[in-house]
Amino acid sequence: MNRYATIAVTIAAGFAVALPFFLKPFGIYLISMWAVLTLAAIGLNLTLGYAGQVSLAQGAFVGIGAYSVALLTPIGVPFPLALLCGGLLCFAIGWVLGYPALRVQHHYLAFVTLAFSTLVFLVLRNEEWLTGGIYGIAGTERPSLLGWSTDDARRFYFFCLGTLAVLSVAVGWMLRSPWGRAFVALRENPLRALSLGLDTRRYTLMAFAIGSTLGGLAGGLYAPLVQFIEPNAFALGMSFNILLMVIVGGSGRFFGPFVGALIAVLLPEWMRVAQGYYLILYAMLVMVLMAFCPSGVLGLVERLFKAATAKRAPTVPAQTASHQAGASTS
Amino acid sequence: MASFIQLLVSGLATGAIYALIAVGFTLLWQTSQTINFAQGEFVMLPAFFILAAMNVGAPFWLAALIGLALSIVILGVLFKFIIVDPMLKHGVLPLVISSIALSLFLKEAAKDFYSAQAQPFPSLVSAEDVHFLGAVISTQSLVVLAVAIVTVVALNLLLNKTRLGRCMQATAQNSTLARILGIPVKRMVLYTFVLNAALVAIASILISPIYLAKFTNGETLGMAAFIAAIIGGFNQVRGAILGGIILGILDNLSAAYLSSQYRGAFPLIILIVVILWRPQGLLGRLEERTV
Repeated sequence: MNRYATIAVTIAAGFAVALPFFLKPFGIYLISMWAVLTLAAIGLNLTLGYAGQVSLAQGAFVGIGAYSVALLTPIGVPFPLALLCGGLLCFAIGWVLGYPALRVQHHYLAFVTLAFSTLVFLVLRNEEWLTGGIYGIAGTERPSLLGWSTDDARRFYFFCLGTLAVLSVAVGWMLRSPWGRAFVALRENPLRALSLGLDTRRYTLMAFAIGSTLGGLAGGLYAPLVQFIEPNAFALGMSFNILLMVIVGGSGRFFGPFVGALIAVLLPEWMRVAQGYYLILYAMLVMVLMAFCPSGVLGLVERLFKAATAKRAPTVPAQTASHQAGASTS
Repeated sequence: MASFIQLLVSGLATGAIYALIAVGFTLLWQTSQTINFAQGEFVMLPAFFILAAMNVGAPFWLAALIGLALSIVILGVLFKFIIVDPMLKHGVLPLVISSIALSLFLKEAAKDFYSAQAQPFPSLVSAEDVHFLGAVISTQSLVVLAVAIVTVVALNLLLNKTRLGRCMQATAQNSTLARILGIPVKRMVLYTFVLNAALVAIASILISPIYLAKFTNGETLGMAAFIAAIIGGFNQVRGAILGGIILGILDNLSAAYLSSQYRGAFPLIILIVVILWRPQGLLGRLEERTV
């Protein structure tokens, strides 16, 4: 299984690098959006999938990150510093938002974060002196790094992809560290984790803060990608969307957000042939998937893979491997 | 003072509608652990059923009955068997996702198959004003209030005074014990779904003349129902009623006296405060946490 997963990831990475050379500008925009949203979904996957804390506020954190960059870069703050500021701001707010999670769980927490997300939307909309209100902020410049301008769509995509790669490796490393194990313990059995001497309080706050930081960093890339941000983009719809990505991809699985974001970004576009009805079809697909495989697409792939290997044990035929690769990249 | 009374009455009327929606929401939660994120869309939809029935020539009273019947079948029975039942064994979260998807589905369906424009909706009574202590109160608010009160009283009588209602309550409180006592638990759960569908249909008839029938109506209404349910207490019917009324009044008064821009923020702040200091809600019982 592990070997096939490695092959699948390598092929998928190859695709991610080669793809922009074959796509029209809109296609490049879409895969850049995929990279950005994947980053946000990785953050939520950490909070929800690994640490088991339901959050409906990830879209708000993307918004906070996006507004930080859009507001700081025009006054001369270099892009990396602005990105970092957005991330730190989200870390601090995420930490504070984690406090309710210490008291309440599950659906209550979902509603607290829901309320937070709406409050952020109201502030973004109403504080016109700072955020421009409903008129939004246009024309956030794409950064140039060490003289390498990312103004070009393809270059900016590679910049997003690179950031995604670096941060996902960092998250992967963190998940293997004692911290990551502590997050999983928090999800599986908080009481036992506590009795084993884990500081569950600190880890819950940490899970929130780090997850939110990744959302903020994604927002920092979102602003120069779209080059026009307005409060509605970061309303509840985006939080729901990111939540869908995590669950549809497979929550608590490392590559879940990658697959989920791909589906959430591409599927509506492909279904544009169905014209106005594409959102209806999308909603139906999600409901069907949840009914038959609540562990998401990756869970489904795993199940099929296990069924296939069980049938043809002990040597695994190459056919299942290609199936695995196909499913993770498509 | 006059304007205060005016605001209070219209707040009470909106609050009573919120209460109806929130009661259905808590009933579903109690009997089947269903958090219905599509509850707002459930209120939006019956108005379109009624409008569709009127378009083919039915008079309003008949259309209202058809709308009620359709919502009981679609939003009650079909919702339970197609969406909730296959999902329950997977736990709460997949069902949450599924109901979010359902809300998107219903919203888009209403937009694509009926209209994206706000539709005028016939009012129960002609709009007239009543003068009371110098305040001008529309008959519409009074009728809304009256219908909501009658519905709530009827619901309370059903739940507390009839055998059926007591069976439903027993199911909600402890389904295992209810089953041992010979209560047909499955049928009782189905009845709560039917009851919820009837409540949202009534709420829809009451609120659509005020807000017009529009496919986006569900967003604010659903949110109001969640907040009302949590403020009052997730596991108490009378808590949901109290929460709805508090919310309606607060919404109107804060918009008038504090800030209309941040009108939407006050209920949320109350929500956060209640969750942090009294997570079981104002009237709620503390639920034991499973380990």
